[in-house]
Amino acid sequence: MADLNADSRAPHAGRLKRLLGELWRDKAGFIGVAMIAALILMAAAAPLIAPHSPTAQDLRGRLVPPVWEDPGSWKHILGTDHLGRDVLSRVIHGSRVSLTVGAVVVLMAGTFGVALGLIAGYRGGRADSFIMRWIDTQVAFPGLLIALIILAVIGPSMLTVILVLSFNGWMVYGRMTRGAVLSVRQTAYVEAAEMVGCSAVRVVLRHILPNLTSPLLTLSILEFARIVLAEAALSFLGVGIQPPATSWGLDVATGKNYMFRAWWLVTFPGIAISVTVLAINLVASWMRLISDPQEREKQFARQMRALRKKRTRSGLEEAASP
Amino acid sequence: MVSRQADRPTGNQLIDSMGRYFLKRLWHGVVVILGVTVLVFVVTRLVGDPVKFMLPLEATAEQRAEFEKQLGLDRPIGVQFIDFLDGLTRLDFGDSLWQRRPAMQIVFEKLPLTLELAVLGIGLAFLLSIPLGIIAALRPGGASDRSTVFLSLLGLSVPQFWLGLLLIVVFAVQLGWLPTSGIDTPAHLIMPTITMALPALARLVMIVRSSMIDELNQQYVKTCFAKGLAFYRVVGVHALRNASLPVVTLCGWELIRAIAGYSVVVETVFAWPGLGLTAIQAIERDDLILLQAIVFTVAILVVLINILLDITYKVIDPRLKLT
Repeated sequence: MADLNADSRAPHAGRLKRLLGELWRDKAGFIGVAMIAALILMAAAAPLIAPHSPTAQDLRGRLVPPVWEDPGSWKHILGTDHLGRDVLSRVIHGSRVSLTVGAVVVLMAGTFGVALGLIAGYRGGRADSFIMRWIDTQVAFPGLLIALIILAVIGPSMLTVILVLSFNGWMVYGRMTRGAVLSVRQTAYVEAAEMVGCSAVRVVLRHILPNLTSPLLTLSILEFARIVLAEAALSFLGVGIQPPATSWGLDVATGKNYMFRAWWLVTFPGIAISVTVLAINLVASWMRLISDPQEREKQFARQMRALRKKRTRSGLEEAASP
Repeated sequence: MVSRQADRPTGNQLIDSMGRYFLKRLWHGVVVILGVTVLVFVVTRLVGDPVKFMLPLEATAEQRAEFEKQLGLDRPIGVQFIDFLDGLTRLDFGDSLWQRRPAMQIVFEKLPLTLELAVLGIGLAFLLSIPLGIIAALRPGGASDRSTVFLSLLGLSVPQFWLGLLLIVVFAVQLGWLPTSGIDTPAHLIMPTITMALPALARLVMIVRSSMIDELNQQYVKTCFAKGLAFYRVVGVHALRNASLPVVTLCGWELIRAIAGYSVVVETVFAWPGLGLTAIQAIERDDLILLQAIVFTVAILVVLINILLDITYKVIDPRLKLT
């Protein structure tokens, strides 16, 4: 057993290297991954990086513009808000809320959706039709308005935002998992596993689930982007993260009141949201390209064509040079 | 289901199967509305406390009891639920606490404004997505394709509320070309429509692009070119007609998204007095009754559009089996 494990590690390392090589070649995907890594670092080390506390007020230094506009100074690079709080520090700290809410919601909604999808696909019959009907019904709900009514009655907070977004978002995972399980179920290795007496749980978790890793990973990343936008929108509407906590959507909402005098208050948190979501979207589209066999084929064909063109050109040059 | 019984269904059978399909969809719609009802009921009556939400903190115990009685919240939960369903079938949710008149009256006043903005926005997205998608699809991997794909990714990444605010800062505050908010003149429509259109446009362009790429690789396109048809006829008529089916359905979905989601954000940014802004105002004024009326109106609207959409799709694409 130990030998087997040692052997199987070598190709794994090779695969990782190949993956990184491919990532390097796809510039957009590479930039996306690099930006996300930077964002995670920023969120983790926010108190160390941020020049000021995000909640420290300075009533004499209110609405100071960024450093490149006239009364601005290096003390507040991106200026201050209506309470004299440092915009840069608030943007840095805001990444924590966005990334936490995104990660927790993806984890919760994903776990629930995948679990129900596995049950529906593997069990079939009544469980399947019940779960699918549930999903069909909930997909037709007006999600944002349901979220508004729940948040208004129960009271907005980070926890309720996470719960509401998970409640609204698990169905995609369920549908996708069920479809994938149905296509894998009839394969020889699953039947073999059933035949040798593996328990249903083992068959599902060890033999079926690993096949779903790459489509589920791509879906989770796309959903992550959607959740970051949804949290920002809810906080902007005033039913999400509440002050004194910091969130990009919340900061845009407060900046809205000073839009005519202080453009920087709405601008910078908005850029932070856009850059974060764009980075996640770039990674997701790269993931889709490398995990879809059809796309891989097209890419391979393109590479071969480029190679052939290069060869004929260099051949011509050789023929012409002497 | 029906098409399996006979090789070619007669007209009567087709109508019959359409009828059954319609009934099935209608039933699904009823289930959705029931689902929303149960959810809203559980959230507002069991998890949260509507009286605490609607009355100020300093209200006395007598005031609370009085209010509970006025709303009928002192009765057994089962009776309340039946009463709620009864109100729903008559579209009567009671009087808005904020405006002191029937909530549905307010909803019917605001609904046309929301529909106007949603239809204009999605219409704009549809009209722009087709030429942009075709240009990108003509040379996949080329410069115009790459820039279109990147721009749609960017469009999907920019938060809608922020885009609206940026438009206001640039075109209303800095340049002074357009009014910031309100509904008085046609010029008031421009920025809300653009903001409404953007995410839909980004998604639709991607779909037009990928389905056009698929169509242009089909054999019949080669045949068309081979027999000497003009380029614009092959692309703009033959390929586009086949590629447009998924786009039409997706437009319907975008319309649903616009009415049930985007309208809240866009209307809040531009102070557009539709249902979305009214929902936010209802929350600010602790008016649960008005909020409920809005949620149910939108839910019913979404169900109706869904049914219409499914039926149109079946009619325009006869290859689909009715199930």
